[in-house]
Amino acid sequence: MKKIIMTGTLAALLTFGGLSVPALAGPVDVVVESAWSRASIGMNRPGAVYMTIRNTGDEPVTLIGLSTPLAMMPEIHETKTNAEGVSSMSAAGEIAIAPGESVALEPGGLHAMLMRLQQPMTEGETFPLTLLFVDGGEVTVEVPILGIAARGPED
Amino acid sequence: MALTEMDFRLTDHEGNEVGPETLIGRPTMAFFGFTYCPDVCPTTLSDISGWLDDLGDEAKQLNVVFITVDPERDTVEAMAEYVSYFHPAIRGWTGPEGQIARIADGFRAAYERVPTEGGDYTMNHTASVFLFGAAGRFVTMIDYHEPREFAVPKIRRALEEETEGAT
Ligand SMILES: [Cu+2]
Repeated sequence: MKKIIMTGTLAALLTFGGLSVPALAGPVDVVVESAWSRASIGMNRPGAVYMTIRNTGDEPVTLIGLSTPLAMMPEIHETKTNAEGVSSMSAAGEIAIAPGESVALEPGGLHAMLMRLQQPMTEGETFPLTLLFVDGGEVTVEVPILGIAARGPED
Repeated sequence: MALTEMDFRLTDHEGNEVGPETLIGRPTMAFFGFTYCPDVCPTTLSDISGWLDDLGDEAKQLNVVFITVDPERDTVEAMAEYVSYFHPAIRGWTGPEGQIARIADGFRAAYERVPTEGGDYTMNHTASVFLFGAAGRFVTMIDYHEPREFAVPKIRRALEEETEGAT
């Protein structure tokens, strides 16, 4: 069954300074910071989400996937640029984060790629993105949608 | 290759026919990409917009061109909408596949269509920004996502090339 996007409702419960977006409660000791995405033109083009994922616990955590009502096929991707300057993108697979460490999803490196959008990404709105961990834990974050030309979470 | 040695016919996002001669006479900053690109292309166009803001009035002397490597999806209309979200100096160019291949060849830029799940496709492509002097001579490249403290002086070099060419 399709979930309904809870634009604005969850968002109202959280504070967005643009700097720190507290993750919703989950059994995983993970904090997601500075999540942001760009608005889309229509629904045919994929979207990208960036954030920092911090392991605040004493055990390693492994990110294995994503889910969001916004896209049928969300996937962690990595952009690589080779010695000739050619960029390509591919699925990043599982991402292990050691205790106390963090992983940055940022332009030109890792990103959460949102393929097969279910609705356009509109500047000023937010959407929930759930990070799925290998032990079954989940962390959901509300991702703000910034402008198409945004360069970072503060834009 | 110098712009003066290149041969291609494309259409800009306002429907004007363009070619190498469109660029000669002013320094040029050019970048290959496609509008279905979620990461590299918006990042580069935002970087370019930031460099142009830094350059201020100097930026007005530059041609700034975003050339699609995906003409099948990037029509003139798609390019027009896409570039409208970035710095107003940025022009979007598209055209027939064969002509895109010619300009990429001239620039020594590479691109490749890569199928993805569900019958879609993405494009691998050269993500560097190319700089040419006003006389059409290749000056240098800015690497993908290069910090602006390196990028902006490179653009100034291309701008100065104009003065040299004029003397
Ligand atoms: Cu991707």
